[in-house]
Amino acid sequence: MDEELFKEYEDKLPPAILENIRKNAPEKITKAQLKKVLELTLKEYEEMAIEPGESVGVISAESIGEPGTQMTLNTFHFAGVAEMNVTTGLPRIIEILDGRKALSTPMMEIYLQKPYSTGKDIKKIALMVKETKVCDVASEFEINLADSTIEIKLDKQKLEEVGLTPSTLVKNIEKAMKVNLKLKDDDLVVVKTSSKESSLNEVYKLKEKIKDAYVQGIKGILQVLPVKRGDEFIIITAGTNLRKVLELEFVDPVRTVSNDVYEIGEVLGVEAARQAIINEILKVVDSQGLNIDKRHIMLVADMMCFSGDLKGITRYGIVQEKASVLARASFETPIKHIIDAALVGEVDKLNSVVENVMINQPLPIGTGLPSLIVDAKK
Amino acid sequence: MTTEVYLNSRYVGDVENPEQFVQNIVDSRRKADLSSNVNVSYDKKKNEIHVESLRGRLRRPLIVVKDGKSLLTEKHITQLEKSELTFSDLLKQGVIEYLDAAEEEGTFIAFYENELTKQHTHLEISPIDIFGLCGSLVPYANHSPGARIAMGAKNQKQSLGLYAANFSVRMDMDVNILHSAQRPIVTTLTHETSMYEKHPSGQNIVVAVMAYKGYNMEDAVILNKGSIDRGMGRSTYFRPAITEELRYAGGLTDEISIPDKEVKGYKSERDYRFLEEDGIIYPEAQVKEGDVVIGKTSPPRFLSSLEEYNLASNTRRESSLGMKHGEEGIVDFVCITENEEGNKLVQVRLRDQRIPEVGDKFTSRHGQKGVVGLIVPHADMPFSASGIVPDLIFSPHGIPSRMTISHLIELIGGKVGALTGRYIDGTTFDSEPEAALRKLLLQFGFRENGTETMYNGETGEQYQAKIFIGNMYYLKLKHMVANKLHSRARGPIQLLTRQPTEGRSKEGGLRLGEMEKDTFVAHGAALLLKERFDSDKTVVPVCESCGMVAIYNEFKDQSYCPICGDNVEISDIEMSYAFKLILDEFKALGVYPKLQLKTKY
Ligand SMILES: [Zn+2]
Repeated sequence: MDEELFKEYEDKLPPAILENIRKNAPEKITKAQLKKVLELTLKEYEEMAIEPGESVGVISAESIGEPGTQMTLNTFHFAGVAEMNVTTGLPRIIEILDGRKALSTPMMEIYLQKPYSTGKDIKKIALMVKETKVCDVASEFEINLADSTIEIKLDKQKLEEVGLTPSTLVKNIEKAMKVNLKLKDDDLVVVKTSSKESSLNEVYKLKEKIKDAYVQGIKGILQVLPVKRGDEFIIITAGTNLRKVLELEFVDPVRTVSNDVYEIGEVLGVEAARQAIINEILKVVDSQGLNIDKRHIMLVADMMCFSGDLKGITRYGIVQEKASVLARASFETPIKHIIDAALVGEVDKLNSVVENVMINQPLPIGTGLPSLIVDAKK
Repeated sequence: MTTEVYLNSRYVGDVENPEQFVQNIVDSRRKADLSSNVNVSYDKKKNEIHVESLRGRLRRPLIVVKDGKSLLTEKHITQLEKSELTFSDLLKQGVIEYLDAAEEEGTFIAFYENELTKQHTHLEISPIDIFGLCGSLVPYANHSPGARIAMGAKNQKQSLGLYAANFSVRMDMDVNILHSAQRPIVTTLTHETSMYEKHPSGQNIVVAVMAYKGYNMEDAVILNKGSIDRGMGRSTYFRPAITEELRYAGGLTDEISIPDKEVKGYKSERDYRFLEEDGIIYPEAQVKEGDVVIGKTSPPRFLSSLEEYNLASNTRRESSLGMKHGEEGIVDFVCITENEEGNKLVQVRLRDQRIPEVGDKFTSRHGQKGVVGLIVPHADMPFSASGIVPDLIFSPHGIPSRMTISHLIELIGGKVGALTGRYIDGTTFDSEPEAALRKLLLQFGFRENGTETMYNGETGEQYQAKIFIGNMYYLKLKHMVANKLHSRARGPIQLLTRQPTEGRSKEGGLRLGEMEKDTFVAHGAALLLKERFDSDKTVVPVCESCGMVAIYNEFKDQSYCPICGDNVEISDIEMSYAFKLILDEFKALGVYPKLQLKTKY
């Protein structure tokens, strides 16, 4: 194979295409033949390039919007598992594109390092990830009125399930709550109240607080579900906490993902967030059996991320970024935008589409793009 | 444990033995000790008993079953036939009771009497009971998907027919009457009980199921011109023209009369030519667009102190009621009366004959609606070996995806009915079986599957395929092109925005909306889009110094700026009037919209 020829085309064709030709070209190809292949490829490649003035934004919007009308089913449920459902379809697309910080069903897929991913003790590992609260391992809470203490009866079986002993539990609660605990018997924890919490009302409030006290696991991971994928076990969770999960030593940090785009942006940076947007939208599109070109989604992801942090396609997000006052005003809350622009004396250069539609001038796209460079003297 | 009892959703107490309690209520109702309006339901899961007696619950009658035996006996039926017994007597005897949706939850209802077992609590009076009135007018509905039956039921509500026998003396407005309406050959029980033949809404016609040169694709139908000429699908449309003599402050009133020539806004003598001395049009006058139907004048609008000295303003205003754009018809009926306020009220009913034309909507009773795609001369229509020419050609592509088998069975049923000279019972769940119909067809010398050899009407050649042909009941729907056809090149504009008016009645433009705009943008057709939006194009003089709209004095052919005077550069700028308007609105907000001009090219 003629590497010299390939080098010639290195800055004309993307490496992936060159690699493809290299792989698929027959062994005994002559130099002239290879040159012809490369030339034809280049011609095809250049023909596929988008022309100047093409309205890629509107085409993307239409290409995503039209199949969006065919989407059905808002959520689907994990078969056989209680209360684990996933938002998909149009609501999920809207959620992603709005750049929402609070998702309706945050989820993670935790991949594990080699020895852990075989499935041995997978339940235990999963439970270590799950956020455990006191009420999850206790069977009864009682207020002893006589000496104003709170008695917590532990559920030994549940305690064992999450890999805790009563003494470690007491330690963990004390770490989280700063209360005075004493382990009576094997399964009874007594909380002594200080003088501050003298009234019954105060004691009751404390009891409710202890119920929700964090014991172990990762905050935000509300449910865990070990699943076999391929020939390894992974953990699917409801609720996300990417930063804390990636810190765990048994987790494979490369493949583990969250569906919370915003969180990915915070933990891994805006480039990761951009990729996450693309992946998450594609996931919905594929699950609905629709066919949307990836490049439309990439353009949308670029629009959401190019400013350096994640911005939704809302009036607070990328619309706020538009240079034109009139374009912003035409989207939502026009008076607010006009007044705000007037306060700082903003100038609308009329460079984009919407504002030129408003004043009915040729749009700077397509046939309206070309113009004379030389200014005619008056 | 006790069960909570709610009366009309309000908690009233608890009972120890819920089953017995419910049974007691039901028994007293059947004995007519309690009103038949009472319904009771026992929710075992929630452990609640709900007793309802208020209005607003959908209820339906069922025959009570005891120990697997219907309480309605042969004796009842013979008594009913002899009119010794009425339906409400059965209700009082506890033979029939009305259940609401909640009580129905706890029942086990048999469809037919021979299905009854010990567990059954009720029996349907007739299986067709599960349909409403319109739904039960669909014959053989048990052979079609529910969605299509629902559409069929909906379509029947829009069909033209004889909505009231005294229509000629009623001042109903915007109504249609179908000429020579018939009762369907394939009927259902409901057609009998609702006395459908007294208010029919369709016609029995010959339908062939075949493609015809592509003019009946996408649900379109082909009509036979000969059939139309013979009166098929003809209807009359009645349109109102109403006006009243309003009274104004100061003792002034409107006056219904032929307007004087001095009246402000006088049209032309020709426009008033149909009016009689009382200012009202005479019956049977043929009116066209622009003609005045009721002549009326109103007092001058403002009587301000200034205008009192102005002679011209004292004349009355013309406010006649005329035919709107694109309307025509014949004056059918004139009614002069008085309304609640005691004002003189004149109602004129206009009539317009509607002959089926391309674009009118027709439907069978099975949700198979379609628009006329072509009207074919009788001679060119396909014909069968026996010389039968279809009135309507229906596209076969409408059947497989919608699965309206009832449509096909009605066609066979109609054919048998026409041959035997009797009505075919197509009552849902209770109809003459399809197999029997086929057998009868065979007896009359036709193919038992309803197909026939047909010939091309234009060439006389025999079609290779056998054509499925028979009789069906077709309805003309009230959506007629004559009421909808509309186009505009130039026309009236709105005062505020200078954009074209909206709507057919105002001769409005067709809106090129936001999404339509996007398609132009997506194609990069920037200049074409600009042209589309030129409907409110204006040229505005703009002061280059302050950037505000300047003034052009046409007498002096001079422009000047009200702020900067006439010693500044003023340029004529082309923009949409809507933009000029928004600039004015900015000013109203206290925002100074300064236009900075520069040469574009
Ligand atoms: Zn000026």
